[in-house]
Amino acid sequence: MDWKRFGFIAIIIVVLFGGVVAIGQVQQRPLLIVTSMLATTIAVATPLTLGALSGVFCERAGVVNIGIEGMMLASAFFGWLAAVYMFHVFEYPTGVSITAGALFAVITGMLMALLHAVLSITFKVDQIIGGTVINILAVGLTGFLNRQMFFGKGSVFEGSIPNSPGVLRAIHIPITEILSPLCGANSPLCVENIAAINRVFDQKPIALSAILLVFISHYVLFNTRWGLRTRAVGEHPKAADTVGINVIKMRYANVLIGGALAGLAGAYFTIESVPSFEPLLTNGRGFISLAAMIFGNWTPIGAWAAALVFGASSALQINMQIFRAVIPPQLAFLQQSYIVGLVPYILTMIILTGIIGKTTPPAAGGVPYDK
Amino acid sequence: MPSEKQTNSLSKFISSLKQFIEWIDPILVPLLAILTSMIVGGIIIKSVGGDPILAYKGLLEGSFGSVELGPVKSQRAISETAVWATPYIFAGLAVALAFKGGLFNIGAEGQLALGAVFSSLIGYALPGWLGVDLPTIIHLPLAILGGLLMGGIWAGIVGALKAYTGGHEVINTIMMNYIALNSTSFLLNGVMKDPSPTNVIARTPLIAESARFAPIFDGLRVHWGFVLALFTAVFIWWLLNKTTVGFEIRTMGANPDAAHYAGVNVKRTIILTMFLSGALAGMAGAIEVTGLNYRHELGFSQGYGFDAIAIALLGKSHPIGVVLASILFAAMRNGATRMQFLTQMPVDLISMIQAFILLFVAADAIVRFIFRIQSKGERVVLTRGWGG
Repeated sequence: MDWKRFGFIAIIIVVLFGGVVAIGQVQQRPLLIVTSMLATTIAVATPLTLGALSGVFCERAGVVNIGIEGMMLASAFFGWLAAVYMFHVFEYPTGVSITAGALFAVITGMLMALLHAVLSITFKVDQIIGGTVINILAVGLTGFLNRQMFFGKGSVFEGSIPNSPGVLRAIHIPITEILSPLCGANSPLCVENIAAINRVFDQKPIALSAILLVFISHYVLFNTRWGLRTRAVGEHPKAADTVGINVIKMRYANVLIGGALAGLAGAYFTIESVPSFEPLLTNGRGFISLAAMIFGNWTPIGAWAAALVFGASSALQINMQIFRAVIPPQLAFLQQSYIVGLVPYILTMIILTGIIGKTTPPAAGGVPYDK
Repeated sequence: MPSEKQTNSLSKFISSLKQFIEWIDPILVPLLAILTSMIVGGIIIKSVGGDPILAYKGLLEGSFGSVELGPVKSQRAISETAVWATPYIFAGLAVALAFKGGLFNIGAEGQLALGAVFSSLIGYALPGWLGVDLPTIIHLPLAILGGLLMGGIWAGIVGALKAYTGGHEVINTIMMNYIALNSTSFLLNGVMKDPSPTNVIARTPLIAESARFAPIFDGLRVHWGFVLALFTAVFIWWLLNKTTVGFEIRTMGANPDAAHYAGVNVKRTIILTMFLSGALAGMAGAIEVTGLNYRHELGFSQGYGFDAIAIALLGKSHPIGVVLASILFAAMRNGATRMQFLTQMPVDLISMIQAFILLFVAADAIVRFIFRIQSKGERVVLTRGWGG
């Protein structure tokens, strides 16, 4: 990561936040708007962060993965299906069901990644085609099973979609409890501000683990033997092979790690965000993660920063509605979701032009390894 | 000891068999991929308690008719298959043409939607702007041209970004897809929304009679756009194989460096290839508007763009292969309704079988492994990594 890029990210985030504060301040105090924006940003950026990390692991090992979208979609579906089955059919308690659902999503992600690995590493299929196969297969598979499981002949749910056991609950970090005594006796505003700041940190488990995983991934890739080998395999597999690194094994392992991360991203949608599944619910976020990965120059922390930018632009859209932003009627069309929703896509394309610093992909990315 | 004559005829037979295998080799893997997918599909049907034979019978009857259904329903079935095949052929050719140039156009979906939007705009608004009623001979070509140009420009932008900044076309076409679909929603919910008081759907007004294709037969929906699609396939074959432009596109696809040293303007060819590819996808949208729906409605094109990738791969990027693959996919989509009627198998099953076809075509090594077919040893490069 270079300063030019961090500067760009900072500017974008300030502009997005500033925009909401400027138009929302009639209704609400800026601090509340900013903390609300921050909390939404972190939550919305979660699948993008995890998806981008998935891409980082695959591509650092030399396997291009545009199947993140499909992996996420399949994991979201199977995670949700597992939770529903555990809860309704096997009658486990809520907590057990949704935890099992999250676990199942991760396993699904790994299985999809295994398919990608078999195609692109063993059978040496063009990796972008392999990823496209994953994406199309996921759409077909989830669409078919979603219909078949709930409306098909002999379905245990007899033609209705059952309620999910619910979603993961936020973890409360007791900042307010610790800091509010410092405010003194008669300043309710101070306590209110601390509570608002506290809400930024009260995230759900997958969102928190995503942030943790960013730093773990950074450490693993750049400070361990495993990371060095992964990068060697992605930059110059022949040289790596010569010094005794098993190229095929390293690539398989990293693609599977990538699959697990994409699976966790899928779990975010149906286990953490909303307790339901609908066909095509990932809606391109797998592809945006890929863009975040490229913008982050194939580094975990950079990818996280980029994911936060995309998260902020979604948060803008959500918060404009929450705070009923007052804007002139001539500009009212900007408020429509399909216009604000364009921001991440256009940003991605600008990033890809390389105006904001050149990116350097792993040298052996996309090339199957022939001994 | 066989006589000389016998040996002669035997060796003749063997050599003609060899010739046959050589001749069938390019289509052998796609055919076996289809067969394998059908078997996998049958296993899935069986495993969820359905009857695979009945399901496939329904699929066949629903798409090409049968004696049992009677002539009227059979005619309609074939007509509907042609109706489905029309946009598939255009969109499949779009992806195939890009593949020939070593480019991957995942954005056919967006180019198609924008093509449809602009084609309908010209279809319903142009006579009003000019203040005269246009004859079909002028209005219809203009409506198609509008869609074609819009699709072409939309993809051409991606081509230009690739040529001048190196931005990879895979990500950019995906991003352009979302931008196109969002803009379409914006237009169809806003300025282009059908103003009739009963309308609550995001759709354009009906296009003028003069911008419409006539149906080929009375009472059936199949229209002259299908014939145009077939001609377009022949045209693309001619363009790729008999012209300088086609030669440049293929050379760039085979090896951009070699193309550069052979004097091909690679930057220009990238932009041109993407433009032509997008133009074909835009035409798919335009023909749907002018031949079938007579307006553009939000969400009509869900999935054409992705099906087009499978079609192009299945057809091995050859225009005739694309036509055949389009007819197969169209038959499956069209027959699915009857399959669902006979066996209660959800229509989504088709998407899954198609995904498997794509899987086995893309990973021809798997099919070659299952059926023990030797490979000729050359690996065709379809796309390049982020760096190229």
